[in-house]
Amino acid sequence: MDFDIETWVKVAAFAGGGIAMGFGAIGAAIGEGFTAAEANEAISRNPGESGDIFKTMLVGQAIAESASIFALVIAMILLFTDFNANSVVTVSVLFAAGLSMGLGAIGSGVGSGFPAGAACKGMSRQPKISGRLTTNMLIGSAVCQTPAIFALVTSFILLFTNFTGRPVSPTWAAILGAGLASGLGAIGSGLGGGLVAGASCDGISRQPLAATPVTNVMLLGQAVTQTTAIYGLLVSFILMFKTFPATDLLAPPMALLAAGLCMGIGAIGPGVGEGFTARSAVEGIAKNEAATADLTRVMLVGQAVAESTGIYALVVALVLIFVV
Amino acid sequence: MAIEGVDIVKAAAFLGAGLSMGLGAIGPGVGEGMAAAKACEAIGKNPKEAGLLTRTMLVGQAVSESTGIYSLVIALLLLFVV
Repeated sequence: MDFDIETWVKVAAFAGGGIAMGFGAIGAAIGEGFTAAEANEAISRNPGESGDIFKTMLVGQAIAESASIFALVIAMILLFTDFNANSVVTVSVLFAAGLSMGLGAIGSGVGSGFPAGAACKGMSRQPKISGRLTTNMLIGSAVCQTPAIFALVTSFILLFTNFTGRPVSPTWAAILGAGLASGLGAIGSGLGGGLVAGASCDGISRQPLAATPVTNVMLLGQAVTQTTAIYGLLVSFILMFKTFPATDLLAPPMALLAAGLCMGIGAIGPGVGEGFTARSAVEGIAKNEAATADLTRVMLVGQAVAESTGIYALVVALVLIFVV
Repeated sequence: MAIEGVDIVKAAAFLGAGLSMGLGAIGPGVGEGMAAAKACEAIGKNPKEAGLLTRTMLVGQAVSESTGIYSLVIALLLLFVV
């Protein structure tokens, strides 16, 4: 069976669309389900506040949904655009765009569910501060969405950049690596950021007086948690925009693909781990505001050490791209 | 495209290096994060022991870092030696 290249481009577009929406649906569904479960628990504790809790649940779920809406947009573009380029690079571009957005939506979707659930629960405990809780939930889950937005940016750049004129090998592997780096790299940071935001909503509802330091440390902790997703974005930008010399060998394309895989997978662990750290720091500050300075310092030291393996992955990825 | 044995070996070494460091980074990242989380919890309860707790946290993290360093060593071996 011999297919011409147009067929392969169509195959890649449809497969990419399926991957984008299929993977992209996982995170948001889990996150929103968690939110709904917490909202039910909250309403059963305090049925009088059911109106407010219901509203907060819907707002929180809408934010968690945005990651999978990004995936839907990419899937729609892949399904309904007529890609008439006829090179193997296009096949790789379409597939990578789907992979990047699909994988990138998982973490943010799950993560955004945590603050929304904690905010619902907090309202049943402290109905008076529902405004403060909603604000904190919105800030926290907005930060959770950033890794999904990084993945969206990568997918858009892949879809709308003109790669014609680049040598087929190793460009196909660089592109695939770029999609994997952004997509996989977004999982850990999205999840980790969500853990932090959830703890801060919970903390504010337990100790409304400590709301300011709790929100501040939440943002600091989330910012550190995002760094590995930013490494993933960085590696995928290098892979997309650097022009690599043409080659007939198998090793150079494999090095670029491995660079993307290495940074993408390597970003998951530190992202989740730093999220655990910041979650506990935020919880501690809500319980004992006097220890804010100590806790922030230890949180940053702990996160810096947890970051180290992410940095090793970045180093190995850069060696794979620039040295070997 | 003439693919030779040496080329395939090199390609596999590169892929292996990427996978080694990538997968190897997951465990230490999560584990060290947990250690730091418990240290934060403990300092929140007992801020006076912050110095001792930070020291213990760092020693524990250094030990759990070791598998990440093994992965790095293997990745560098695959890249430059094999």
